[in-house]
Amino acid sequence: MSDAVLDVRGLVTVFHTDAGPVRAVDGVSFSVGKGETLGIVGESGSGKSVTAQSLMRLLDPPARIEGGEVLFEGRDVLTMSPRELTAWRGANAAMVFQDSLTGLNPVLRILRQVTEHVVAHGRMDARDARRHGIELLRRMGVASPERAAASYPHQFSGGMRQRVMIAMGMANDPTLLLADEPTTALDVTIQAQILDLLAGLNEKFGTAIVLISHDLGVIGTICKRIVVMYAGEVVEEGPTTDVLSDPRHPYAWALANAVPRLDAPIADRLPGIEGAPPDPLAMPQGCRFAPRCPWRIDRCGTERPPLAEVAPGRLARCWVTADGRSLPPRTVPAHAKPPESSTTEPLLVARDLVKHFPLPKKSFFGAREVVHAVNGVSLHVMPGERLGIVGESGCGKSTLARLVTRLHTPDAGHIRFDGQDIATLGGEELRQLRPRLQMVFQDPYASLNPRMRIGDILAEPLLVHGRARTAAEAGERVGALLDMVGLNPSWAARFPHEFSGGQRQRISIARALGLEPALIVADEPVSALDVNVQAQVLNLMLDLRERMGLAYMFIAHDLAVVRAFCDRVAVMYLGRIVEEAPARDLFAQPAHPYTVSLLSAVPEPGRQRVVLGGEPPSTLRLPQGCAFRARCPVAEPVCAEPPPLTEIAPGHRVLCHAPGSLKGMP
Amino acid sequence: MLRYVAIRLASAVVMALLASLVIFLISNFVPGDPVLAQLGDILASDPTVVAQWRAKWGLDLPLWDRYWIFLSGLLHGDLGVSIATRRPVLEDIAQYAPATIELATVSFLLALVVGIPLGVAAAVWRDSIVDAVARAVSLLGVSAPTFWLAFIFLAIFYGWLGWAPGPGRLDPIAFPPEGSTGFFLWDSARQGDWETFHDALAHLALPAIVLAAATLGLITRTTRAAMLECLHQDYVRVARAKGLKERAVVLHHALRNALVPVVTLGGLAYANLLTGAVMTETIFAWPGLGRYTFRSAAALDFPAIMGITLVVSATYLLVNLVVDLSYALLDPRVRR
Repeated sequence: MSDAVLDVRGLVTVFHTDAGPVRAVDGVSFSVGKGETLGIVGESGSGKSVTAQSLMRLLDPPARIEGGEVLFEGRDVLTMSPRELTAWRGANAAMVFQDSLTGLNPVLRILRQVTEHVVAHGRMDARDARRHGIELLRRMGVASPERAAASYPHQFSGGMRQRVMIAMGMANDPTLLLADEPTTALDVTIQAQILDLLAGLNEKFGTAIVLISHDLGVIGTICKRIVVMYAGEVVEEGPTTDVLSDPRHPYAWALANAVPRLDAPIADRLPGIEGAPPDPLAMPQGCRFAPRCPWRIDRCGTERPPLAEVAPGRLARCWVTADGRSLPPRTVPAHAKPPESSTTEPLLVARDLVKHFPLPKKSFFGAREVVHAVNGVSLHVMPGERLGIVGESGCGKSTLARLVTRLHTPDAGHIRFDGQDIATLGGEELRQLRPRLQMVFQDPYASLNPRMRIGDILAEPLLVHGRARTAAEAGERVGALLDMVGLNPSWAARFPHEFSGGQRQRISIARALGLEPALIVADEPVSALDVNVQAQVLNLMLDLRERMGLAYMFIAHDLAVVRAFCDRVAVMYLGRIVEEAPARDLFAQPAHPYTVSLLSAVPEPGRQRVVLGGEPPSTLRLPQGCAFRARCPVAEPVCAEPPPLTEIAPGHRVLCHAPGSLKGMP
Repeated sequence: MLRYVAIRLASAVVMALLASLVIFLISNFVPGDPVLAQLGDILASDPTVVAQWRAKWGLDLPLWDRYWIFLSGLLHGDLGVSIATRRPVLEDIAQYAPATIELATVSFLLALVVGIPLGVAAAVWRDSIVDAVARAVSLLGVSAPTFWLAFIFLAIFYGWLGWAPGPGRLDPIAFPPEGSTGFFLWDSARQGDWETFHDALAHLALPAIVLAAATLGLITRTTRAAMLECLHQDYVRVARAKGLKERAVVLHHALRNALVPVVTLGGLAYANLLTGAVMTETIFAWPGLGRYTFRSAAALDFPAIMGITLVVSATYLLVNLVVDLSYALLDPRVRR
């Protein structure tokens, strides 16, 4: 391509680790035209971030770029002198990083960070740069930009910080913007705002954008063309809509289908592909995906396929589709029947739960501030039911999880579990309760003690609660548990760091299962996992439910995951449940304006969105009237009054003065 | 910011009061009866004499009343009279303090001016010659005992090479500079008496270097470690991606963040230098607080020891306050 802004050819980046060289990026080629938007998608470890950093030559040893060319408007970035490189970076090509908290320097003012490279590149003097910086912040949608310019990063929310990062990237009006997971740490409504901003920059200023993400939905909303990476290689490239609807590489197929989507038919199982990416120190000889590939042919195991044209404008690295054929469409698995419950008594009932956290006083005489985490929540879970709790960060969903499992004690309200009032239990009675009511945590890295062997981690609750009398007996049970969650029983002697994120989450689930609970409260159990692994873990949780009659309270921020997993869903906003309904009804006819906006904000390829402005208000003040009214597009004066809880259909309850008044999705 | 300072100052005063109470209680509970020590066996056997004597010195009063008297004396700047020198303790301290403050401050500046750049350079050029030198310096500085270093330096630079003058603050035949502060460098410079200034500086050089060694080692090591950490932070990568020159990346983005732990260490180190120079001062015959402390302790001179202890705790409190204020200056997240 002659008009390419960026032309990457055969890029090789190697990490020289103690265990041996790891080719994290292995012969990657792609190009980006003027004003084009290209997406790079892949799971963690696929080499997509390393690719981005290699393009800017930002990697530190032990990483080294060992081959290829990165042509930017015809000049090879890899052979630039340090002086040329600093003149090029930040001026012609800019980068936006994932984590805006660590990406902004905590001790420098925003203005300085947004404009220092404008001055350093000799574009403007300090005074003009100041005006330019404030204008940039305004253009990026930062509220009161003058004040923001004089502030420090910690005074901003994640969404605002990401706007600052983008302002920083755009300061010198670059030809190319590399965005590495720019919305991954953000809530879905904020993510929608940032994606709109990026798309707008491309439209208005013709900035070419390379967007790197693990999330196909995010890529699909902005990018016309997409590159799929697996194990350091590009495995497929083509127009986004084609790749999503008719993937030609089995890994792209798995990615496209493992992601739960709001517009897909509701099915119990997500079609994930079993297995894990290959060990980067011992890559398979032939196709790197062959060990996991369901369509593998003999040739795949011995010969490495080239990235070849499989259709006009489409490349794939696969022997199976090399002749231009498509992969078979996804088969929708039959909707499994939920286990018939013999009783109609709910397993768990919570009434008017309240939990407030006082903050430390700022000064001796100052008033004590209080975080209003949960402000009167009522819910129930039937035996064998899967209740989903969704909401953005700060809505109180994690606190709610800790209340019903009694890791926190509620300030007010009642909790009945299995016919017993547990809201105020303490000491021994609470300990007696624990086996029936288990929790799985979000972070599989933090929730397993790194100094304990897996076998001991799993045996501990068994011994503590007398489910096993001797270590030998516990060991037997541990073997069975590992087997049940799809892990090799002989791995019991290993330590947590020897496992991947998905495997660790299986271990967490095994730990919860060991005590044969009736209810598992899972707080974001799959949000730290790659989509394919996420599908595997969700399928495991479904299997276990069928076999053991478990009920789940499933807490997540990802609506599509909740839709795929849950029978009934409750939406939380600022410590209250604003809507509660059977999953089908909620996603088909959302009635609360917040639910409508939330659903609409989910990035999905080719879908129009209602982007909600603003951010959730502070939890320091208990909202009067409807908590959502400040952001609500259809708010009326009456919303200053506390809204009534209305049942608009059987089991479909809405906390709103005018349910159904906001129509969202087309 | 002002509010923060006010709160911190108020809490420093409370802490100083608590410290004075602890010091008072300890000096009251140490074994040894002042009555016996002062009166001797014969007079102490007469109960009326003992009672009179106790009443005269206030020893018949309850502990709290005595503390109150001690405290009001303290508030008037009265620390009592030294048994050994027969002079008010405050006068003694005022006489010896400048020598110590001068020595400690020069040592401290030396450690900072050499240690921070060395640590930064070692982190930036990791595993290079500079790094090896920095690591050697910090290891030697931290592990070489002061007395050993002092003797080696005296033997080489005074005894053998003759570059440095002998012990003391000035030549034995020279007069101290005119001026009232007792800081010889300061006084002589203000008078334009450059001959004395050079003499004082030359005498200061060896003890300052010896005293600085340990602090220099710690500061180099801490700066290096903090810089290495900061250089791997995302914001440094972001700064590079913006096309800033490496110099700006290191000095403007990494160093300021790396200075936070260095400030903590520096504050503690300075307080240590001020109060812990006993060995160096003794070897170099430096007429400072360290030697005064040593003499008072050897003579069981309780008023002097209490005075010194109080000065030491006040020094630590003050240095801590300065450290906390520097945090607020360096890191906006601490400001409220």
